[in-house]
Amino acid sequence: MTKITFIQPDGESQTVDVENGLTVMEAAKLNDVPGIEAECGGACACATCHVYVDEGWREKVGKPAEMEEDMLDFAFDVREESRLSCQIKVSDALDGLIVRVPAKQF
Amino acid sequence: MTSTTLAPAAPLTSETIETDAIVIGAGPCGLFAVFELGLLDIKAHVVDILDRPGGQCAELYPEKPIYDVPALPIVTGQELTDRLMEQIKPFNPQFHFSERIDALSRQPDGRFRLTTDAGTDFLAKVVVVAAGGGSFTPKRPPLPGIENYEGTSVFYSVRKIEQMRGKDVVIVGGGDSALDWTLNLAPVAKSLTLVHRRDDFRAAPHSVEKMRKLVEEASIRLLIGQVVALEGANGELSAVEIKTSNGNERLPCTAMLPFFGLTMKLGPVADWGLNLHENLINVDTERFESSEKGIFAIGDINWYPGKLKLILSGFHEAALMAQAAHRIVYPDKKVLFQYTTSSSSLQKKLGVK
Repeated sequence: MTKITFIQPDGESQTVDVENGLTVMEAAKLNDVPGIEAECGGACACATCHVYVDEGWREKVGKPAEMEEDMLDFAFDVREESRLSCQIKVSDALDGLIVRVPAKQF
Repeated sequence: MTSTTLAPAAPLTSETIETDAIVIGAGPCGLFAVFELGLLDIKAHVVDILDRPGGQCAELYPEKPIYDVPALPIVTGQELTDRLMEQIKPFNPQFHFSERIDALSRQPDGRFRLTTDAGTDFLAKVVVVAAGGGSFTPKRPPLPGIENYEGTSVFYSVRKIEQMRGKDVVIVGGGDSALDWTLNLAPVAKSLTLVHRRDDFRAAPHSVEKMRKLVEEASIRLLIGQVVALEGANGELSAVEIKTSNGNERLPCTAMLPFFGLTMKLGPVADWGLNLHENLINVDTERFESSEKGIFAIGDINWYPGKLKLILSGFHEAALMAQAAHRIVYPDKKVLFQYTTSSSSLQKKLGVK
């Protein structure tokens, strides 16, 4: 099981355990983490599972692929550290990952 | 339905289209409804806000494979749409695209009067709501106060190019809509700035090329950044604030066109007095009829105990709905249950005999 921490805009943090192979979005949904809508259910078709990856994890998590970059055009307040959480696959390498939930999903 | 909708609406005109059934939504369930209704000699007109059939399948995942449509191990959203269009061809459905049913009321004779946002008027014996996740509407950027400018300075579509003549226009987006409107409005706008979060565009390459030429000629400006705030009063925009990699810039403007794609909203369905269950139309599982006799709901838009939002469910619901609709459209006829494999009359209707 891999640990992922979600930090809300008000500073509230939640650490969840998730099986490898699931996505960070699924980890959020399975644990009722607020602020991640995932309207399209993880199909990379909506941009409402937008998260900011913590500075220390950006290299390990990597940059978005082309399709995800296209979808990020539809997100709000996109930053260098933005990723669509449905496109981040959980693995041992991401154990301890910290992501921040944006104030609003588009 | 509320008593206000029972009152006679505006008088019928010679333009009013009279038909058996209005299908609201041309997604997979609306399309298959045409087939099931057609087998029972019920003629349908189909209305959809998109400019083409397919609903969510065509709009959200045309290239993506669907694995759970019975008998089709893999089928893309677009393929499924194309196959359904093929399947319903024998029944010659009439489509009304880029329109949304706004008003629905019951006439004294029991039929339904429906009017779209483009003014198209219908009179039908039954209504089949196959609205899926709701009408596809342009996404509204979550900028504080943006609603105050909508329709006066903020527009999600342009009906008349002349509308933008002499204005300082800001277009936001990186896809075909943003680029097409940039090219269309550059000649009439007083000034035009295209704002996009990155210097990479999803739009068709030749549109991007033309845009870059206009930037080179200084006919328009390309600003890489994101809109963070609006400035103005009384519905009139005076400037937008753009966050760029070099800090924030105040960009004076009098019109803004944000193109951030589409999202699904329940829309006018919410106002028709139907019993809803968490924004879904409550139906029975024998007829998939709403709380209003003659108004049916199939596909993602309905709810009943055990409901699953699967395409295959919507197909089943269409079949049962058609039987119930037949009793309303042809009250004096008995439904003779027939199989397409053995009934020569069905096969004739399908044009295969």
